[in-house]
Amino acid sequence: MPNAIPAIELKGISKSFGPVQANRDINISVPKGTIHGIIGENGAGKSTLMSILYGFYKADAGEILINGTLTAIPDSQSAIRAGIGMVFQHFKLVQNFTVLENVILGVEDGPLLKSSLSKARRVLADLSREYELDVNPDALIEDLSVGHQQRVEILKALYRQADILILDEPTGVLTPDEADHLFRILKGLKDQGKTIILITHKLREIMEATDNVSVMRRGTMVGNVKTAETSPEQLAELMVGRKVLLEVEKGTATPGEIVLKVENLRVRDEAGVERLKGISFELRKGEILGIAGVAGNGQSELLAALGGIHAASGRVTFKGGDLPLTGAGANGRARRDAGIGHIPEDRQSLGLIMDFTAWENMAFGYHTLPKYQKNLFEMDNNAIRQDTEAKMAMYDVRPPIPTLAAKNFSGGNQQKIVVAREIESDPEVLLVGQPTRGVDIGAIEFIHKEIIALRDAGKAILLVSVELDEILSLSDRIAVMFDGQIMGFKDPENTNERELGLLMAGVSGGAAK
Amino acid sequence: MTKLPTWADVVLVPVISLLLAAFFAAIVLLAIGQSPTQALTVMVNGALGSAYGWGYTLYYATSFVFTGLAVIIAFHGGLFNIGGEGQAMLGGLGVALVCLYLPMPHWSLTLLLAMGAAMIFGGAWAAVPAYLQAKRGSHIVITTIMFNYIAAALMIYILVNILRPDGSMDPASARFSDAVGLPKFHDIPILQDLFLKYDAEGALKLGKDGLPSYQRVPANVTFFIALAACVGVWRLLWHTKLGYEIRAFGKQEKAANYAGISSFKIIMVAMILSGAFSGLMAINNVMGQAERLLQNSAEGAGFIGIAVALMGRNHPLGVLLAAILFGFLYQGGASLGLETTIPIELRTVLQGLVILFTGALDIMVRMMLGWFFSPRHAQAKGAA
Repeated sequence: MPNAIPAIELKGISKSFGPVQANRDINISVPKGTIHGIIGENGAGKSTLMSILYGFYKADAGEILINGTLTAIPDSQSAIRAGIGMVFQHFKLVQNFTVLENVILGVEDGPLLKSSLSKARRVLADLSREYELDVNPDALIEDLSVGHQQRVEILKALYRQADILILDEPTGVLTPDEADHLFRILKGLKDQGKTIILITHKLREIMEATDNVSVMRRGTMVGNVKTAETSPEQLAELMVGRKVLLEVEKGTATPGEIVLKVENLRVRDEAGVERLKGISFELRKGEILGIAGVAGNGQSELLAALGGIHAASGRVTFKGGDLPLTGAGANGRARRDAGIGHIPEDRQSLGLIMDFTAWENMAFGYHTLPKYQKNLFEMDNNAIRQDTEAKMAMYDVRPPIPTLAAKNFSGGNQQKIVVAREIESDPEVLLVGQPTRGVDIGAIEFIHKEIIALRDAGKAILLVSVELDEILSLSDRIAVMFDGQIMGFKDPENTNERELGLLMAGVSGGAAK
Repeated sequence: MTKLPTWADVVLVPVISLLLAAFFAAIVLLAIGQSPTQALTVMVNGALGSAYGWGYTLYYATSFVFTGLAVIIAFHGGLFNIGGEGQAMLGGLGVALVCLYLPMPHWSLTLLLAMGAAMIFGGAWAAVPAYLQAKRGSHIVITTIMFNYIAAALMIYILVNILRPDGSMDPASARFSDAVGLPKFHDIPILQDLFLKYDAEGALKLGKDGLPSYQRVPANVTFFIALAACVGVWRLLWHTKLGYEIRAFGKQEKAANYAGISSFKIIMVAMILSGAFSGLMAINNVMGQAERLLQNSAEGAGFIGIAVALMGRNHPLGVLLAAILFGFLYQGGASLGLETTIPIELRTVLQGLVILFTGALDIMVRMMLGWFFSPRHAQAKGAA
């Protein structure tokens, strides 16, 4: 251990929200100058714990010791004074400010900005040199890539003289290359004596970057181990509380005839910018085509166009007939009637009405089906409720209460509701976007099995995911998207993360079209 | 903030809000040198103390039910329809045209026609702002307010230049024929017994024809249509595809598109239905009470509907209860003006306080109650 007094020590932290105990008697000790991983499923209490450390919540019980001294952190100002910096999953940057302006925001030296700005410019130059954190200080945030925006967040924390840096799911939006770069930066910070807490659900990152790891499950700390002395399998088991199959079991595909043919598909957004620049591919029965790419490179638009949500141009042939891409015929219901199901990327804003009950959501998009009608005017709410009960049992949705509002289910169970609804409607083609985003490991395993079962039943699946692991383990073919185009098709058996990562960054491989 | 148990949310919050409003009303009364207890007694007696008082309270409540339902239909679709006033005026025009030019041999047939006309005129008046919102993105709040002013101007033009009988100085239409008058509570068998007139000795007062005579009240059969409308709107919103689509669209517009729900269709249909219910109010005041079309026939009921919807928690049952409360305030306030030296304008103050506390400051009451219901408070109580 580099230093006897730990940088952070949490003793007996407990916090409950109403009847839900989010943190129960948490003890954790983070030695100075180390990278400490905190891993756990969604809802395990990681974010609550970090919010307590950063002063967003007040713990019901327990003590926080920073560098050995008992410290009260009633708000984030105190956290910053105590030397804690936080990089949130969703960046807190002013888009139309420059890097410098964002860095000094809230810590200006006086009413006139000039001296603050020139001081910040000097400090930033030093920091960039020291930690490989190069960003143009005069660039506008909106012009920066996501990876660079994240660096600005780190610079912001360092400028506030943070010695302890907390990063919440930092790689969710990065390419593998950018993630590697981030980890190099973190190692550099560690070598300079900074302490880093890395919150993530990706086991690979924990293994790669951390010195120690704490595992949380249902509000309690179930393990504190040295990373070198553990394995991904052991960590997964700790997280879930049972053995988990990290590898997806999948037989070989037996692709049949072409069911969906996309030719030169183009989409413009509201501002008139072309987001999809002529995409072409074929999808066969009984195969999973995975679309890899960094978020924001046209995958969402591809799903929206095929799902009938967004107007597009080009030609899409489904079972031999042309699908309307604009006008009244291009809507979610028409697509479902035709036999195209859609698990949307963002279940909370698209796939579910969060205030609706589970049973109302189970009919969402299918509410006009004859089986859900009592008579010409009225819906058969009882039939939908019964149907929902059956599907909840089949997909192990917990709690199995059809009258509970969607917002009161955990992320994984919300997703199971969407998956149950779309798969059980027996589509010919299923569009799947980020099926396991914000979903716990147990549910991921379940959802992956269901998708493969659908493929084995001879259906065609288009899978969009920013998780390369997911693309690699589920897909029978992989297409990589960058800047609204397909950079190339790869066989998952004969490729690797490095090769895909280059394509995702826009570097054409030999096989690109 | 702690989530309140349902009973507290539905019962306790409105009751406490009302008590707070009453408390501040009492302060206002004391400030103008009046007795709050006397005012309350007069209001309760005047509005609820007799069948006669109820006959007025329920008349006002009937109008507020329609305009309140109108607001909640639009609101479930995520649309804030402030145009109830104008839609109700246009509904009145529809009713007047039917009663003047298409009178049927029986009042019930005229009523059906008048209801249709009221809904069509009110719905059409709401359809224009709806179209502008759906196609042009003009904000519905702004356009519906503007349409209130346009409606007022239009009504003056029509009354003065077209419907005003020759020789009359009043900006009002001719009186409808007696045959189209709606039965009032005092005309309805059995119910009318509540309105019998008695003399000082307690004996029945008889008219010149030797038949008993009744106190005349404005509440009429429209009240029962209002009750049916509450049930209808409840079925519509929670038991039909259309209601499902309106609510889904109102909660998450983006998600509605994913489900293939057309935003154009929902905006148009929800607003037209909303305007139709506002318009329907006219059968109560124009056909049921005034029996001719007056300038400013809606008398602010369109705006009261917004408060009624807020207080009624966007549920038809809540709307019914809130409408009766506002009917009480209206009639009780009128009694104040008649029986005390308190100016009748005070009822506007009372309404304002009720709206302030039940609508705008309701979150404050909720927070205070939330503290009582929070687990920590329960623990502290357990420890003490």
